[in-house]
Amino acid sequence: MTQNSNDIRDMFFQECEDLLETLSEGLRQLDQQSEDVDTLHAVFRAVHSIKGGAGAFGIDSLVSFAHRFETLLDEVRTGRLACDTDVMRLFHRAGDHLSDLVAAARAGHHPQGASDDYAMGLQADLEALIAATGDDEGTEDAETEAAVGFEPVALDLSPAVPGGRGTTRYRIRFAPDAGLYSSGNDPALLFRSLGRLGTLSTTADIDAVPALEGLDWQESLIRWTLTLETEADESTVREVFDFAEGNCTLEIEREEAAKEAEAPEAAVPSLDSVLDHRAARSEEGAPEADDGEGGAAVRLDGIGGATGAEAASAGGPKASATAGSASATIRVNLDRVDRLVNLVGELVIKEAMLSQSISDAGLPAESDVSSGHEGLKQLVGELQEGIMAIRAQPVKSLFQRMFRIVRETADTTGKQVRLVTRGAHAEVDKTVIERLADPLTHMIRNAIDHGLESPEARDAAGKPAEGTLILSAYHRSGRVMIDISDDGKGIDRARVRAVAERKGLVAPDSDLSSAEIDNLLFAPGFSSKEEVSNLSGRGIGLDVVKNEIQALGGRVSITSQEGEGTTFSMSLPLTLAVLEGMVTEVAGQTMVIPITAVQETLQPGTACLHAVGRAGRFVESRGEFIPIIDLGLAFGYRPALADLDDHVLLIVETEAYKRRALIVDHIHEQRQVVIKSLEENYGRVAGVAAATIMGDGRIALIIDPEEVAGTGAGRRSPDAEISLTAAE
Amino acid sequence: MSEKTSPTEGANQKVVAFRVSEQDFCVDIMSVREIRGWTQATALPHAPGYVMGVINLRGAVVPVLDLAARLGLGALDPGPRHVIVIAMIDGQTVGLLADVVSDILNISADRLQPVPDVASETAKAFITGIIATEERMIRKIDLGRVVPSLQGVAA
Repeated sequence: MTQNSNDIRDMFFQECEDLLETLSEGLRQLDQQSEDVDTLHAVFRAVHSIKGGAGAFGIDSLVSFAHRFETLLDEVRTGRLACDTDVMRLFHRAGDHLSDLVAAARAGHHPQGASDDYAMGLQADLEALIAATGDDEGTEDAETEAAVGFEPVALDLSPAVPGGRGTTRYRIRFAPDAGLYSSGNDPALLFRSLGRLGTLSTTADIDAVPALEGLDWQESLIRWTLTLETEADESTVREVFDFAEGNCTLEIEREEAAKEAEAPEAAVPSLDSVLDHRAARSEEGAPEADDGEGGAAVRLDGIGGATGAEAASAGGPKASATAGSASATIRVNLDRVDRLVNLVGELVIKEAMLSQSISDAGLPAESDVSSGHEGLKQLVGELQEGIMAIRAQPVKSLFQRMFRIVRETADTTGKQVRLVTRGAHAEVDKTVIERLADPLTHMIRNAIDHGLESPEARDAAGKPAEGTLILSAYHRSGRVMIDISDDGKGIDRARVRAVAERKGLVAPDSDLSSAEIDNLLFAPGFSSKEEVSNLSGRGIGLDVVKNEIQALGGRVSITSQEGEGTTFSMSLPLTLAVLEGMVTEVAGQTMVIPITAVQETLQPGTACLHAVGRAGRFVESRGEFIPIIDLGLAFGYRPALADLDDHVLLIVETEAYKRRALIVDHIHEQRQVVIKSLEENYGRVAGVAAATIMGDGRIALIIDPEEVAGTGAGRRSPDAEISLTAAE
Repeated sequence: MSEKTSPTEGANQKVVAFRVSEQDFCVDIMSVREIRGWTQATALPHAPGYVMGVINLRGAVVPVLDLAARLGLGALDPGPRHVIVIAMIDGQTVGLLADVVSDILNISADRLQPVPDVASETAKAFITGIIATEERMIRKIDLGRVVPSLQGVAA
């Protein structure tokens, strides 16, 4: 494939993403108000556009499925099919399958996940409904449909092409073979193309069509005589029939323009004959729908002719409105943005190096170099911020995918679930959004499978049978928080504890707080479900979720209220590229502490230090005793410190463990650092979030205060590799 | 992995030979990206003893392994005269600390001999074969085994 058509293909799939989003959003709106015609049109258009694009690229599986889906949607649109819950469910499934097919076509293989059986079942369901609507209405309906349908053919198709000067009149006799229909051609389309060339009138010769009883649907019986008045020459007219060549008898005669043809009225067959003929055509078309697109397209166009125009006019103002706003956004290849992000990252490092050189040179702060550097630093910061904003995306797309997960999980578990999303406009880095999809899916499945009760149990507990799942996003102190709350039964702590004891995760006599028990759910090897369900118990536990979120620089925590529900909270960084950090020195090593975690700094000499037990030390701050953790000791760089003079305490706030005081030797400065992955070539290190490159070109570690604090809290979780002696 | 190229094919292969603690080793040249001088590495907490730390390789964070410690020959005390062989293995970039890079050799497969049975278990675990030249014996290292999946080490 050429580069160019690859580009177009990419563009098609990008559009598909938008269209699928419109589709699922539209279907959800229809759930609420099934009568909304505009929404129905929007859904129809989305499916239709996907079909059209797929046709252009020859993605047959997609075309045929989209076509059936579209046909069924049209049945609803024309009011022949009531949009009840069952139909809506089928629509949702069809929408899901369509997005699977698009994804598969994009990757260039067969759809995964949905088995062929499933796809066949779905197709059969769709067709059953399509057939059902047809049968119910009977022949009569077919006729009305036909009458409507004939319009575009009989209509004067001439657009505003000026007749008169230089026009030639052609008389065209067109007699298609059966092969024309089975190869998917449609005379109506040919006529329409002709109509674009000039003024066209058509006459159908239906003499050969027998009565309905004696009709052989496989035969082509209708002939047309067309009169075209056009400026185009004969070869252009012939070109229109290029695709029909070999499948029809075609005669094109040139008439004297002066010789006025018979009155157009004569060209219009009597209404009765039209009805007969269309009935025949409908009969003819329907069976063909099974093996090709031909007949079905005829039928669809027939209906679409009238509604299509309406849809077009309805879409008109909207389309122009979107066209107006479309100019405000551009699609940019992600690689280009990432190149910029990397370059700015390097720029930040270079700026840091320059800063160091300036201070090494001992230049006074008021010197030109220093003030010039200040300006540069500010610009670099703004540039960085601007580029990060390009990568930011609303979490909406992520949240929308979850509706499908909820639907599928609810179906499998037999529970009734309603998903409510809040704050979907909150923006996060694109990579964060992408990598969040799996953990979020898992947590949602988990919430429905383990959190929500069955409708009966909910009823017994005096709750509505339908469970509610709330997915919300909001910004808090430079991070984005994503919460998943259910109104289920809450965590059964006694059972969690029992399971954890049985699996040897906790000592039987250990004294655990409620929060600590809840956090056991994240422990590796913990799966509280007694029998493994095929949903959330797929052998991957919440510990995997936790690892994935930590790999993103995020944290996850649980709060639960017995009988009222459980909330999983995720706290995520807005960007994976930079971080505002406090650069410190610990035992000769440079370490960066994320500024978002640091509450205050203390000189221990002036603060009140208290010892508890042999090694436990606390600092009193604002009436609270805060455990002290020596970073040097926790990371194994040095033995325990005898006294804390000449050291600095950083009070950090963590989500799960409240406040902790970290001992560092000095604080160098506060600056933005570029986040570099440690995992790419090495792996995760407990207590370390990532690495960065300092002004001197050396690597410094960025610590994760939450993890460091966690190991200091005396928790016996296996991920506590950091020496526990820090606070004990 | 290029190291596992079957010796029976008889094809010549190029290896980079280097010295670690008075012993000669080599790795397939295809896995070597570059050789650079020693730079101070940033220590990693909770790392195995043979992981010296991480260095900045043009913006990437690359761990440096002390080959001597890894092969059970005692830890090196790195100085400016040491070199770091940057190698790529399964998409993972690592640095191997060596005393000196001695040669680039073109060896034919028939010169590659199996590891003698008397060799220690540690040695046999990391060495796929030995090559005898006029004055020395070069041990061919299986990088895949020397550099364990570090993701597992630290997680």
